[in-house]
Amino acid sequence: MNKKFGFSLVISLILLAILMVVSIRYGAAQTTMKTVYHAVFDYHASQLQQAVIHEIRLPRVLGAALIGASLAGSGLIMQELTQNPLADSGLLGINAGAGFMLTISFIVLPKATPQQTAIFALIGAALSACLILAISMAKKTQKTATVVLAGMAISSCLVALSEGLSLMTQLKRDLAFWHFGGVAAITWTQLTQLGPWLIAGLIASLCLAPQLRLLQLGDELVLSLGRKTSVVRLLGFICVIILAGISVALVGSVAFVGLMVPHITRYLVGYDVRKVMPVTLLLGASLVVAADLISRTINPPQEIPFGIMIALIGVPFFIYLARKGASQA
Amino acid sequence: MAILETQQVSVGYNRRLIIQDLSIQIPQGQITTLIGPNGSGKSTLIRTLAHLLKPSSGTVLLADQALATKTPKEMAQEMALLPQVGELTTDLSVFDLVSFGRLPYRQQFRPLSAVDKEKIEWAIERTGLNQFRDRFLSTLSGGQRQRAWIAMALAQDTDILILDEPTTYLDLTHQLEIMLLIQELNQIEGRTIIMALHDLNHAARFSDQLIALKNGQLQASGTVNEVMTRDNLRHIFNIDATLIEHDQRPLILTYDRWSEGE
Repeated sequence: MNKKFGFSLVISLILLAILMVVSIRYGAAQTTMKTVYHAVFDYHASQLQQAVIHEIRLPRVLGAALIGASLAGSGLIMQELTQNPLADSGLLGINAGAGFMLTISFIVLPKATPQQTAIFALIGAALSACLILAISMAKKTQKTATVVLAGMAISSCLVALSEGLSLMTQLKRDLAFWHFGGVAAITWTQLTQLGPWLIAGLIASLCLAPQLRLLQLGDELVLSLGRKTSVVRLLGFICVIILAGISVALVGSVAFVGLMVPHITRYLVGYDVRKVMPVTLLLGASLVVAADLISRTINPPQEIPFGIMIALIGVPFFIYLARKGASQA
Repeated sequence: MAILETQQVSVGYNRRLIIQDLSIQIPQGQITTLIGPNGSGKSTLIRTLAHLLKPSSGTVLLADQALATKTPKEMAQEMALLPQVGELTTDLSVFDLVSFGRLPYRQQFRPLSAVDKEKIEWAIERTGLNQFRDRFLSTLSGGQRQRAWIAMALAQDTDILILDEPTTYLDLTHQLEIMLLIQELNQIEGRTIIMALHDLNHAARFSDQLIALKNGQLQASGTVNEVMTRDNLRHIFNIDATLIEHDQRPLILTYDRWSEGE
């Protein structure tokens, strides 16, 4: 079992590294590996090709990797917190909450810095999370159907509100972009301001993984062992709010990554969340980097929103796994 | 001496009282079994004794101290609870499950100490699970899995062990195996055992004391011979039991519906 985990960890690490290098190397502008090397380690802003790599592709690829890891990680935490395999920050309305507050920030603060928009997104994510929690607490149930249905309702409602607001105020920003996601616009400014939040959230998720394991015992048994699940739940929700909120602030709402990647990982390493977490983060990063690479090389210089690519690559693979899993069971 | 005691305890969920005005005493170092029909309040009483439910009135005393004054961690170092457990969906090895039993002694985010490891090894050894220690629970038989849960409770290293229907869903060989293990834990190590059982013959054979509940009220309590009488069984379960004596204890040979005419 440990062999499987070690193997998966190394493979996903190598996969991510290769994808990132390839992603920096290829794009609309022609570059060579040599320029890539110079742009990263010996950067001269006067060289156009180096500048393309350094100013456009590097932040974009790093951002894609961070966001992929964050979305996948927040999906996994949500699944563990709710003990519900269908949970995901997108499905449960947390992304929509962040998106709603972002829309408001575009209206009231059109010239906001990345930090400021991120704070709006975080508040939105937190509000949605609280709403979901309140609903599941009021019903005194963590039942799969109740929580998922409530999340979907909140999600559609907030998306509709965001659309409505942007129509009413004739918001310049194209909201379709926020729905399908794009990493094209990620700049060094955004990355240096918001990246540390994501890195902190990812490290916290890794530290939290062993604690998440307790939740499967149920609140009552955990209490009889002298612990309270409320502490773990609170920490988990804070991680999700940061990871999902900041990701939405950077690239908009991206579906499927949080739902799909943990399941793919479980297929590889089993169900122990201590093992699932690190591999999920790496595979999530790889998936988004790959999706972005394809979305901008398939028909240059046109770009397809990478959210569409994720659905396009991920969903058939997911269906394949689900079918394979079903036939094994 | 009573190690656990309830004084006029009423308890329930959402204002619906399950148990009303119940006063019982549980002697130290003995096996006390709760019997009664479904819905009689056995599980509710167990959860009240383990301080998972707070009584709406009355007090529960643990060694003459009110439970209400104790933190969950203090409680967990004094008594271990084995609830009715469902299936786990995740990969959890026997060792990992048993190591959860050390949670009451550990700081959050700290690794296992030498003492923790020693207690875990002992609990695994004690329940005969050595060869299964790295196996996932999902790959074990029902009896082995139940032993793993008992090992977790043992690793908690408490004088009191509370078990809610520990033999449910097991075949009779595995039921016996679990009951004998519980008996050893009581006789060899002097642990106080409190459990709920449906099998009255097991209750009669392995218990020192019986507490019979019906509709959340005490019907009878005392030694096995005092409680397991034809009359009591009629009141509690509405059955007409044919009792014989075996090893100086009552044994239900067969039983039928009680009809008023007789």
